[in-house]
Amino acid sequence: MTPNLLAADRARQLAAEFGLKPDEYDRVLAILGRVPALTELGIFSVMWSEHCSYKSSRVWLRTLPTKAPWVIHGPGENAGAIDIGDGLAAIFKMESHNHPSFIEPYQGAATGVGGILRDVFTMGARPIANLNALRFGTPDAPRMKAIIDGVVRGIGGYGNCVGVPTVGGEVNFHPAYNGNPLVNAMTVGIAPADRIFLSAAAGIGNPVVYLGSKTGRDGIHGATMASAEFSADSEEKRPTVQIGDPFAEKLLIEACLELMQTDAIVAIQDMGAAGLTSSSVEMAGKGGVGIELDLDHVPQRESGMTAYEMMLSESQERMLMILKPGREAMAEAIFRKWELDFAIIGRLTDTGRIVIRHRGVIEADIPLAPLESEAPLYTRPTVETPKLPPLGPVADPCGLAAALERLVASPDLCSRRWIWDQYDSMVGGQTARRPGAADAAVVRIEDHQRALAMTTDCTPRYCLADPEEGGRQAVAEAWRNLTAVGATPLAITDNMNFGNPEKPEIMGQFAAAVRGMSAACTALDFPVVSGNVSLYNETEGRAILPTPAIGGVGVLADVGQAVGLALSPGCDLVLVGESCGWLGQSLWLREIAGQEAGPPPPVDLAAERRNGDFVRARILAGEVAACHDLSDGGLLVGVAEMAMAGATGAQLTVAPPAGLAPHAFWFGEDQARYVVAVTDGAAFCRAAQLAGVPALPLGRSGGEALVLPDGETISVARLSAAHEATLPALMA
Amino acid sequence: MKAAIVTFPGTNRERDMALALKCATGRAPAMLWHRDTALPAGLDLVVLPGGFSYGDYLRCGAMAAQSPIMQAIHDFAARGGHVLGVCNGFQMLCEAQLLPGALLKNAALRFLSMDCHLRVERADTPFTRGFAPGAVFRATMAHGDGNYFADAATLDALEAEGRVVLRYATPDGAVSPAANRNGSQRNIAGLCSANRRVFGLMPHPENQVDPLIDGTDGLPMFTGLAAAFA
Repeated sequence: MTPNLLAADRARQLAAEFGLKPDEYDRVLAILGRVPALTELGIFSVMWSEHCSYKSSRVWLRTLPTKAPWVIHGPGENAGAIDIGDGLAAIFKMESHNHPSFIEPYQGAATGVGGILRDVFTMGARPIANLNALRFGTPDAPRMKAIIDGVVRGIGGYGNCVGVPTVGGEVNFHPAYNGNPLVNAMTVGIAPADRIFLSAAAGIGNPVVYLGSKTGRDGIHGATMASAEFSADSEEKRPTVQIGDPFAEKLLIEACLELMQTDAIVAIQDMGAAGLTSSSVEMAGKGGVGIELDLDHVPQRESGMTAYEMMLSESQERMLMILKPGREAMAEAIFRKWELDFAIIGRLTDTGRIVIRHRGVIEADIPLAPLESEAPLYTRPTVETPKLPPLGPVADPCGLAAALERLVASPDLCSRRWIWDQYDSMVGGQTARRPGAADAAVVRIEDHQRALAMTTDCTPRYCLADPEEGGRQAVAEAWRNLTAVGATPLAITDNMNFGNPEKPEIMGQFAAAVRGMSAACTALDFPVVSGNVSLYNETEGRAILPTPAIGGVGVLADVGQAVGLALSPGCDLVLVGESCGWLGQSLWLREIAGQEAGPPPPVDLAAERRNGDFVRARILAGEVAACHDLSDGGLLVGVAEMAMAGATGAQLTVAPPAGLAPHAFWFGEDQARYVVAVTDGAAFCRAAQLAGVPALPLGRSGGEALVLPDGETISVARLSAAHEATLPALMA
Repeated sequence: MKAAIVTFPGTNRERDMALALKCATGRAPAMLWHRDTALPAGLDLVVLPGGFSYGDYLRCGAMAAQSPIMQAIHDFAARGGHVLGVCNGFQMLCEAQLLPGALLKNAALRFLSMDCHLRVERADTPFTRGFAPGAVFRATMAHGDGNYFADAATLDALEAEGRVVLRYATPDGAVSPAANRNGSQRNIAGLCSANRRVFGLMPHPENQVDPLIDGTDGLPMFTGLAAAFA
């Protein structure tokens, strides 16, 4: 029996509408040996969309280092899993919801959080923390305030309700994101290392079970939408955005984790992008089995839904599971207790095909192996980003104190309190360092002393100027932020946000960023265990800044060893790492001198490793009262951030090294640097010298003002007022 | 002290509360399900914890207040049992009319997650006996609907009967509009029943019980309760 086939002309026309290129559609014809039915065409088009198939990025992603002795599952599963000791695994991933968040900010961001949570708990982990990496346009750009407000409310609305603390993240503002903001959400969960659930289906005849919320018409072709550029008619794409139900998600988390205590589950996967299609195709494909679904049994929210609509719906809070035979009643009882739908919608078969029935009619019958093996894979042409000429001398127009006050109030450096005050960061009762308190969030693991440190990092302006250096820097900064709280960095997840991969200069950015990331991951023993790619981030032909956002996870054996960045009085301040006064692509250059120019600071990975390992060892030895890595804004901004966090001043007495202008020394963004507050600065510097690590005494903490070496004084209260005022004023 | 925590669909701070009770008593509390129709025998304290019961899709706490277990909690309270409602639990107590008034949306119409400071107006309740009278302690607040409202006559009666237990204050104890972030009438953060045995509050003292996590400002509430039933 074959399905109702489309007319040949109509099928080709629809294929184009669904985003399949002509040669891709020819492959569909070859695989099927006939014209497809509508549902079949829908399945091919979403499975082969950029979003689901990674067809432009896979050749590059393969080159990333993914292995280490502590890696349990690298890329390829729903999320990455690493061994963190005590018999525990940390399971984590970051994922973008950029396109939906632009079209409908609240629901786009909310469902981004929901989707990444499911990727983590589907592997058996209880989510313990959420983070988010956001890039917005300038706040005065059209719709931008509404987008910022909607995204923040959406992330809070979902995360607060499901009861997973939102503990960290980052925000940048740049006009390149005016028409295409980025919303990257990361979830970290904890599971017993020997009880991780995977997605490969097995066991011919085993029941295929649908769990969670009912299927509606929302989000149809969301994955296809996420694989195209935006144009002026993007408003019309609103129906492709999904609607989140965090309450259903909370029930789904509890029901899944309860069932996972038993031995009933063979395989489980969430229905994310491309919903029932991708989950059933991927689970059966990975297991090398066939699958038959009868859509009459799919719980439906609306009447009259077609097979095409059900297979393409991206309704949220749904999972697909393969059960062991005989466990159906027990599993169903758990889901009914949590008032969720539970339906057996099919069986695994030995045919190697996916067969979809609806109302007694076969709507699709596709061989699974070629659906994956024949999927398009492109080695797209690349053009290298030209290197920028070195930055010549730049005069200081305003002096250090005035520049500092302006910098700490600038959108990229101002306080993010307005945002994090809307996120519940404490639920769970394990948040030891909340947003703003340390370079990385620190969350203890329930019933353990052990804690995880987590951060997200990327400096897109560096990536635009030099994508390879920018990729290296993003990984190094994540490693540094984990180190700065005392954690041992273990692994990363990456969220690659770029423009249209069909443009060689964009693909060149991608390839270079991956090269830089690879070098840093290798040098720092910091492998990639999961990730997500978001391409076509362009509106009307204008691309975003290349943004390879890195989510880093590290471990602390004892939560009591974690340090924050808040300064307390009576400490010696010491700068670790070498300062060359690098102003190229610095925030000082952009905000004070009005230029975006020069190459970004080079990242010396050997120095990163040496300096970071030294700082971490001193923290774990209990010698460090506060620590802060230096990044955006450089040394003086770093010291000011420590001062503001601790409401404590400092007397800075250091003179810039010979040959460095004061503004280059204080605002240069040289890498591999930290400021530490210690009780005995001389002893710290001696230890650094023995370890071959540059260390420079800066001065001493205390008082209510920052006193600069030339006698200029600025009160911490005044800095804080400027730092705190910006975002509320922008959003008022 | 024999304590129990009720879990409703959407409850999410039950584990935090269990941790706090265990910190104070050394014993894990019993976990009850919203469909239960009876409470365990010999119970000293029932806790309705924080969260988003039924997603807060109707008025916060309104659906949970109709749960099967609520009749047993009404009976328990009527017999003089002790009931603690935190955040969503406070909202449930108001919806169940075990406490007067209602929790409206925060005045700024935004979810607020931040530290607040609470002034102890009465230290002679089982819930606050661990604090000194007039003491100020820090607690996490995390809610979208914590703006306490009752009509003037009810508020006057609550004040006259000494049932306002906690007020939002500055760190040095001033009860000021600036300290009242959610817009509550008369800065009310927590109040009790006439017999002082049913107590509801919006902030989360259960998140400040461990020096390694976020300090122990909230711990006296739980050690005080444990001492009351020692």
